[in-house]
Amino acid sequence: MPLPDGHAGRPPSSLLWLGAAPLVFFIGLPLVALWLVSSPTELVRHLSSPLAVRALWLTLKTTLVATALAVALGMPLAYLLARVPFRGRDVVDTLVDLPITIPPVVAGVALLLAFGRRSLIGRQLDVLGVQIAFTSVAVVMAQVFIASPFFVKAARAGFEAVDGRLETAARTLGASPWRVFWTITVPLARPALLAGLVLAWARALSEFGATMMFAGNFPGRTQTLTLAVMTALESDLETAVAISALSLALAIAALLAARLAARRWSAPLA
Amino acid sequence: MPDTGLDFDAALSFGGFELEARFSVAEGETLALVGPSGAGKSTCLGIIAGLVPPRAGRVVCGGEVWNDHDHGLILPPERRRVGMLFQEFALFPHLTLQQNVGYGARCRGRSRAEAEAVASRWLERLGLGGLGERRVAELSGGQRQRGALARALASEPRLLLLDEPFGSLDVATRGSVRSELRRFLAEFGLPTVLVTHDPVDALALGERIAVLEDGRLTQVGTREQLLSAPRSAFVAELAGLNLYRADLADGRGLKEARASGVSFHVLADDHHGPAFVAFAPAEVSLSRERLPGSAQNAFLGRVLEVRPLPDRLRVVLDVGVVLVAEVTREAAAALGLGAGRPLWASIKATAIHVYG
Repeated sequence: MPLPDGHAGRPPSSLLWLGAAPLVFFIGLPLVALWLVSSPTELVRHLSSPLAVRALWLTLKTTLVATALAVALGMPLAYLLARVPFRGRDVVDTLVDLPITIPPVVAGVALLLAFGRRSLIGRQLDVLGVQIAFTSVAVVMAQVFIASPFFVKAARAGFEAVDGRLETAARTLGASPWRVFWTITVPLARPALLAGLVLAWARALSEFGATMMFAGNFPGRTQTLTLAVMTALESDLETAVAISALSLALAIAALLAARLAARRWSAPLA
Repeated sequence: MPDTGLDFDAALSFGGFELEARFSVAEGETLALVGPSGAGKSTCLGIIAGLVPPRAGRVVCGGEVWNDHDHGLILPPERRRVGMLFQEFALFPHLTLQQNVGYGARCRGRSRAEAEAVASRWLERLGLGGLGERRVAELSGGQRQRGALARALASEPRLLLLDEPFGSLDVATRGSVRSELRRFLAEFGLPTVLVTHDPVDALALGERIAVLEDGRLTQVGTREQLLSAPRSAFVAELAGLNLYRADLADGRGLKEARASGVSFHVLADDHHGPAFVAFAPAEVSLSRERLPGSAQNAFLGRVLEVRPLPDRLRVVLDVGVVLVAEVTREAAAALGLGAGRPLWASIKATAIHVYG
């Protein structure tokens, strides 16, 4: 008979609920407030303002590109960190964590210093007539910088959890390393990869500080939803609220999508 | 027949560990590579499969050179055509059984339909027909082992490598799975290298047995050669097993295993007819009077010889067959051991291994 799984060792449920409830309410209340402030029809009306539409469109475009880049560039790095022991792995590991921990505004300043017009790279590009800072490209770069570590961390954990013996078995059955990666490693890590992808997208969606510093706040070009909220806040509170509510809806959709995807593909067919 | 079998000659250093071994396996032969854990058995399999690069040597299989250190050749695993059976079977959990078995065919460029056909054929052949749509989690231990074997065989290997194939099975399934595997190996006739730390598995499945200790082969030979003339402590231990050929018949509750000269009561629900009966000397209790109680096998015999071991004594008795027991020095003193002395030898039925 299996032993009971440690119920005996935990504090009474009533006390736990009492302790847990404040945080649940503290997080839940403001989010609910966002939606209770205005009616759905009002929300839709405010969201159809040119400011909101342009910001939404730009946000979708930039965040999707940024997420795709985070996945494409993050996958090799995550695999490297998970599977290949090398000198300086800790250094690279810490480096990848930094964008999560530094203030986004600081990240924006750093990006500006590296890629801005007067930077080493920026000057070369300027000669060719290319400018990065204060363009949509800068928006995407800021998002990749801030969001890709979320994908890398999740993907790394996912790759680490794949049993290496399965990969070995696949090799003995005639699969090249490349084939093993796509038919064994990636499918088995898929729930983690999807979770990482959604986290990265959600983080790109909420990017503000780095974008503000590196890309500025130009409607239609660099003004994403978060920046639009700030702009609207100065003149039109209701539009700001509407855009905020929309952002919240997107975040909830992302989390639901991640859950569904993990369930659908955790046991995928080949 | 070196052209169709395997020739292995390799050396490897890893940390302080040195491996140097040389053996060959003929077409259709099963070589059991046995030895204590850490002796380098699995490393040998890794070298054969191309998963571990050796420091020196050559590996040739079916006339094809797989490793040749002098010419800097190490063929990658996917080009070696080995069928490998892993310790915990390593079936792919995200695929169905059928997709697992068809995986090798897909790797070799077959279409999905062809791979499915190949997989179905092998599943049928290994008695897994109808289970193709199951996932690994929905299969029993024995089914997983057969599934892993089907997967290995479906990739049309030239050589089978079995790494502790019973390691993850419970004792109850182990016996039947072992005799099943023995039958399959005979049927498919591929050169096979079986790695095991368990002498009973090695004796049951290996036509020849290679003993690997601390990175060196200490003895290679047939079962009979090894048992009659042990050349190392490990083989002596192995030889110390009481091993008999017997015929199984139904007895009262337990099965009766009739060897020439004596009958054992054994637990062997899955077996009929000819079988091996084996038990360790330490499982034999010696006494002056017949022991009351639960031991289902008790034989009166005479002591032929008493051999000292480092921490106990090995007693060879004649009870109709020659039987070896081990006792502590205290017990020996109490028994008053000496050649010619009559003693009772008792063995519990549960301590006796039976295998086909």
